[in-house]
Amino acid sequence: MTIHTQGITVALFATCINDVMFPGTPRAVVSVLERLGCRVEFPLDQTCCGQMFTNTGYFDAALPDVRNYVKAFSRYDYIVGPSGSCIGAVRHQHPMLADYAKDAKLAEAVDEVVAKTYDFTELLVDVLGVTDVGAYFPHRVTYHPTCHSVRVAKVGDRPYQLLSKVKGIDLVPLEAADQCCGFGGTFSVKNPDVSVAMGADKARHVLDTGAEYLVAGDNACLMHIGGLLHRENSGVKTIHLAEVLAHTEGAAA
Amino acid sequence: MSTPRSSSPPLRSPEQLHGDPAVSTDAARRTPAPPAGTYLGMPRFQKNAREQLANEQLRKNLRHATGTIRAKRADRVAEVPEWEELRLAGEAIKNRTLRHLDTYLVQLEESLTRAGATVHWARDAAEANRIVVDLVKAKGVDEVVKVKSMATQEIELNEALEEAGVAAWETDLAELIVQLGHDRPSHILVPAIHRNRSEVREIFLREMKQYGTPAPEDITDDPAELAGAARRHLREKFLRAKVAISGANFAVAETGTLVVVESEGNGRMCLTLPETLISVVGIEKVLPTFADLEVFMQLLPRSSTGERMNPYTSMWTGVTPGDGPQEVHVVLVDNGRTNALADPDGRAALRCIRCSACLNICPVYERVGGHAYGSVYPGPIGAVLNPQLRGIEHEIDQSLPYASSLCGACFEVCPVRIPIPDMLVHLRKQVADHKRGPHVESTAIALAGWVLSDHKHLELAERAAALAARALPHTTHLGPLPWPASPWTRARDLPMPPQESFREWWRKNRGEERR
Ligand code: SF4
Repeated sequence: MTIHTQGITVALFATCINDVMFPGTPRAVVSVLERLGCRVEFPLDQTCCGQMFTNTGYFDAALPDVRNYVKAFSRYDYIVGPSGSCIGAVRHQHPMLADYAKDAKLAEAVDEVVAKTYDFTELLVDVLGVTDVGAYFPHRVTYHPTCHSVRVAKVGDRPYQLLSKVKGIDLVPLEAADQCCGFGGTFSVKNPDVSVAMGADKARHVLDTGAEYLVAGDNACLMHIGGLLHRENSGVKTIHLAEVLAHTEGAAA
Repeated sequence: MSTPRSSSPPLRSPEQLHGDPAVSTDAARRTPAPPAGTYLGMPRFQKNAREQLANEQLRKNLRHATGTIRAKRADRVAEVPEWEELRLAGEAIKNRTLRHLDTYLVQLEESLTRAGATVHWARDAAEANRIVVDLVKAKGVDEVVKVKSMATQEIELNEALEEAGVAAWETDLAELIVQLGHDRPSHILVPAIHRNRSEVREIFLREMKQYGTPAPEDITDDPAELAGAARRHLREKFLRAKVAISGANFAVAETGTLVVVESEGNGRMCLTLPETLISVVGIEKVLPTFADLEVFMQLLPRSSTGERMNPYTSMWTGVTPGDGPQEVHVVLVDNGRTNALADPDGRAALRCIRCSACLNICPVYERVGGHAYGSVYPGPIGAVLNPQLRGIEHEIDQSLPYASSLCGACFEVCPVRIPIPDMLVHLRKQVADHKRGPHVESTAIALAGWVLSDHKHLELAERAAALAARALPHTTHLGPLPWPASPWTRARDLPMPPQESFREWWRKNRGEERR
């Protein structure tokens, strides 16, 4: 893959949950990418990847989101989102949904736009060729590799590559890191007891690390684990990977 | 019904049964009664799961057992450099077999018949049970020994035999624990995984004496002592049995060879000592050629028990004069499999070789155990298989596709690459379509669907969220709230939305120059 050191235009797919609930994360993506010399655009007609609908069994409710995604992003060469889960859904479920709709034109357009869609960590490491983004974060953190970032978007060890280059960071390993935190989208409310039982174990492992921050690439999972940590008054904060990478010495937390 | 012989266990009076209210007190029973009620009558997964989660002993047993076997599997798989190629080969062989299932099944029947076996075809559980019961009764016996078999558990053969006055004795150690415990299996490979050794000791002490050789009164919970008690208890049954019933891990169409893979050797006792052997085999167990076993004999033990090779592999091809069972029957069972085969999004489940790796890795299974799934097939494979085999008419089968966080760990370990998460999503669609008419979920989805179908709608919602945030400027999180927020907030705080959405920020800060 060609590595572009700067000057590319990147369309930001904020994802609906970040747009509404966690705007600090897409703002952090903008800040990191602009720092690296990219031009960032935010197509205002974007909405959501639709996986909440797909994964609950309502394919028809997800189809407008698939069409929206194509409409909002087709004209760009690089599309980036700060969520392994939503990027995974675009890659893995949008083609399936286009097939389901029996819409060959949509399927073709989806294939094209999917090929240009990146998780934030992939864009940094693979397209921009950087692992040191000039970040400074003088805290003890632990990283939870969210299931969809690892098993669907397949970001591999890119998050660790990026975190390990952050100045001042004390990155400590998380026990049973590869186990699901129990969020699981609508699973968290359709099977709340199991979801919380899984989350409680994840929260316990996080506490065992002595970290001040739990970092992940998906705010939905962080909302779930963070909800448990906050209920316990544990004093451990959650933060999206992009926000760690956006911190610089000038603006240390 | 034939009269019990003196060597058979005595009939028990109701007083002899222990005080579990779930246990039927049918005095005429020959074998321990399973819990009352049927799988299909069970409530939905969510409810069962909540009950199971409250059982600390179960949680501890499962955490320990799944953790151990998971680590063993990972070690044994890591030492095979071409593991992914093996998985792909397993997937390809099974796919080819399923594509031409009709041809291979007929070939299997021909090979078996040529080798001296008698082949029977069963459309469903009732038919399969009737065939087996008739075969057993024709031999004039009132008891059989059983090799651990998922197919016979699926069709609930033991109860069908019991009703016909025939005692079916499980000889696999874990199945024996389940049977003596008046219990149901909770794992494909280790059906008593929910029991620890002190519970096993209690079951052996209390029950063995009612059905044959008792456990020593001073038995401890040492695994070797427990295994010794089981061995003594089973021995008389092995030596007495005239008829054995098994399943099969594989059935080779080319040769008519049936294969049973096991760890204890109890299966081999059943497969070699009795005069008559009846094997109940799901139609998806067929493999085209003997050479195909090469792939599966590598995939199965490593995925299943985390062993390079399982201790006992028994293969038999019809009847061998003067050696082993002289009367061999094979009952080929559909029982919903052709329904699964007809569904392009569902048929991959028929590739399953019942290794149970997906159960052991599953974070949901690890916490709730197998009984919550309302089937002999629990865990991820159960969540996709049961609704296909049984349909989605019942509450339990409608809830199973949702018994997963879609974390994807099951697909990663599955030796035949069954895309369980994708299949769960497709089954969820079937369930959602099945529940016609407006209900809470479909209404919520319709509302959310409307909000997210167009950015203008989303912006309206964002403004409403921002208004709420401005109304409570000092609140960062919401604590426990009434329904509909309660499922989330009962245990988890909910962050407040920000006063400004990202879109709003973008408009203010970047919107002038760029979109
Ligand atoms: S689905 Fe795959 S992992 Fe699960 S039991 Fe079947 S073969 Fe094993």
